[in-house]
Amino acid sequence: MTELVFGRPRSLTRVPMHYCPGCTHGVIHRLIAEVLDELGLQGRAVGVAPVGCAVFAYNYFNIDMYEASHGRAPAVATGAKRTHPELIVFTYQGDGDLASIGTAEIVHCANRGEKVTVVFVNNAVYGMTGGQMAPTTLAGQVTTTSPLGRDVEQAGYPVRMVEMLAALRTPAFLARVSVHSPARIIQAKAILRRAFEYQVKGTCFSMVEFLSTCPTNWGLTPPEACRWLETHMLPYYPLGIFKTPEGPERTPAPLESLPDARGVQAVPAAAAPTGANGETGE
Amino acid sequence: MSQIVIDPEACKGCGLCVQACPQGVLTQGRDLNSKGYFYAQVTAQMRCIGCRLCCITCPDVAIRMRIHGTFYRYFQY
Amino acid sequence: MARKLMKGNEAIGEAAIRAGCRFYFGYPITPQTEVAEYLARRLPEVGGTFVQAESEVAVPNMLYGAAGTGERVMTSTSSPGMSLMMEGLSYLAGAELPCVIVNVMRAGPGLGGILPSQGDYFQATKGGGHGDYRCPVLAPWSVQEVTDLVQDAFDLADFYRNPVLVLADGLIGQMMEPVEFQEDRRPCKALPDKRAWAARGWKGDRPRAIINSLFLDPEDLERHNRDLKAKYDAMVRDEVRFAEYGTDQDYEVLIVAYGTVARVCKTAQEDLAEAGVRVGLLRPITLFPFPYEAVRRAADKARAVLVVELSTGQMVEDVQMAVMGRRPVHFHGRQGGMLPSPEAVAEQVRAILRDHAAGPSARRRASRRGGAS
Repeated sequence: MTELVFGRPRSLTRVPMHYCPGCTHGVIHRLIAEVLDELGLQGRAVGVAPVGCAVFAYNYFNIDMYEASHGRAPAVATGAKRTHPELIVFTYQGDGDLASIGTAEIVHCANRGEKVTVVFVNNAVYGMTGGQMAPTTLAGQVTTTSPLGRDVEQAGYPVRMVEMLAALRTPAFLARVSVHSPARIIQAKAILRRAFEYQVKGTCFSMVEFLSTCPTNWGLTPPEACRWLETHMLPYYPLGIFKTPEGPERTPAPLESLPDARGVQAVPAAAAPTGANGETGE
Repeated sequence: MSQIVIDPEACKGCGLCVQACPQGVLTQGRDLNSKGYFYAQVTAQMRCIGCRLCCITCPDVAIRMRIHGTFYRYFQY
Repeated sequence: MARKLMKGNEAIGEAAIRAGCRFYFGYPITPQTEVAEYLARRLPEVGGTFVQAESEVAVPNMLYGAAGTGERVMTSTSSPGMSLMMEGLSYLAGAELPCVIVNVMRAGPGLGGILPSQGDYFQATKGGGHGDYRCPVLAPWSVQEVTDLVQDAFDLADFYRNPVLVLADGLIGQMMEPVEFQEDRRPCKALPDKRAWAARGWKGDRPRAIINSLFLDPEDLERHNRDLKAKYDAMVRDEVRFAEYGTDQDYEVLIVAYGTVARVCKTAQEDLAEAGVRVGLLRPITLFPFPYEAVRRAADKARAVLVVELSTGQMVEDVQMAVMGRRPVHFHGRQGGMLPSPEAVAEQVRAILRDHAAGPSARRRASRRGGAS
């Protein structure tokens, strides 16, 4: 008699996903569902779907779900978690949703230290609307609204959300993973599980950024898209854990500290002591 | 012994599993499913070592794995 | 609880607590910030939670998340903040989520001023956000009444599964007046069990709760819109509230005004009565559903109607719809935070009567000159 050792997690419905062939959104959905199953959270989990490719996530997760307006998922999650802290609340957001229109919501959800988990899918474009430039679009990357390639002089550099949020003083678990290869997927699942465990323990805010492919709007086959992600996105978006609640504070120190005003000498800038930076007091 | 089962209707023919399999067990399909995708097919079942990489990389949960006897876990997943 | 002197904003906060609201999400904005300050102190005392949001854009989305679990939730803001909440309000209405939003109106447009105004009437009653949705709008004229209406608003919200707006002008928020809370207050509507649709973790014992306003299939969305329309029709049928003063005996002019302006008009009515000029006063309490029949009936008994607002004329259009041209409708408004005095209102009434006494041509000129711009 054969035994099933890999199948559909209970926390994933049987509804076929609408994502394009080879789009790794589907992988991320499965990882979440597997973690919910393994931690026994299906009965307590509430997900918040964004506006974007994952707008139909409420059809795919076999749990209670919200459909939030564009960029507002962290605020919706705040409302749900604050009223029912026993719920395991997570948001599922794309880069346009989280890093563009929803920037204020994600920054303050993290800074308030809401005990929710944010799954941030970064595929460097606005997928649903047909491949426009997103805040995470790479320098020089061609999209329908950066036809000559993203010009950092005009549109600035791509935003690295994990690093940006790591600078906040409020404790959090922040990591960036990728799902462009089986090995990275296996790694990503362990990190995602740790993020949900922080929420189960009520420790802190947690966010995992998933580098993900968009074959259709990148104009590549799924395998080519995985290679493109590896060669182009990984260098600019390094994988790793950027902040943990137990770990050190990650606020950047000043490049140049300003000498004490009292009795300041006219010291030429070049010779100014670089010395210990100002410690950010409590 | 491990057995890979591909759901023809769930597969979108993206080819990620074919690329992921270290043993060349899978190939891009020649037959169309009802949505018009050439779904992936198991062409060398005997070479399967039960590593689950195909299941793990599939975005549409189209691949299930069954085993008969012991199950070698090459990694924690 | 015995009568107590309270500031309007704080009374609003206490009323929410009396209504069983334990979750408030707000943002500072004059002239309503004391609601947030009061609840920041009081909610922890009753095991509740106060959250200051990053912006009024975020606030209704927090309400969305909180109301989605079936809890009684509330926010309060003032006109510019209300504008930022319009997107969220449309989603709350679309997803049929009960909540209470208090707008302590200030003068506009734009940054405007911080003094009282009624310039948000259209935004509140004609739906400021996108899409076909309506919200009950309750307009108090005293600190006591705002506490009653806030508590009623929670019942209406739960009953209709709909946001409910309480539209108070800045005076209501800033004034101190005696307030009494009824200890054994009974809900003004039969309250449904919200657990049937609330998102509290799916354990397989009910359909999955999906709090959502997205219906890409046009037939589904049309059916949804029709269901919402049925709710709004029920509100129009059952929830109209208004008050009438001195309309049981004959009168020559009917004044229609709401909120604190109606109190100014009531004083004018008393002053005119002493001078032998009989005036009726009708005060809409629900601005949606608007009391069209009541206004029409009361207008028919008069020779002319005078609408007084703290705006350049918004409710006056609903009064004109109610009167349907059967009587001239005159308008007197102050803006910017300026208030009409009882004397000014009385003078408007006398001017109307003088023009009527001078005959129809004069009346036509008068209604053109003094009529709604």
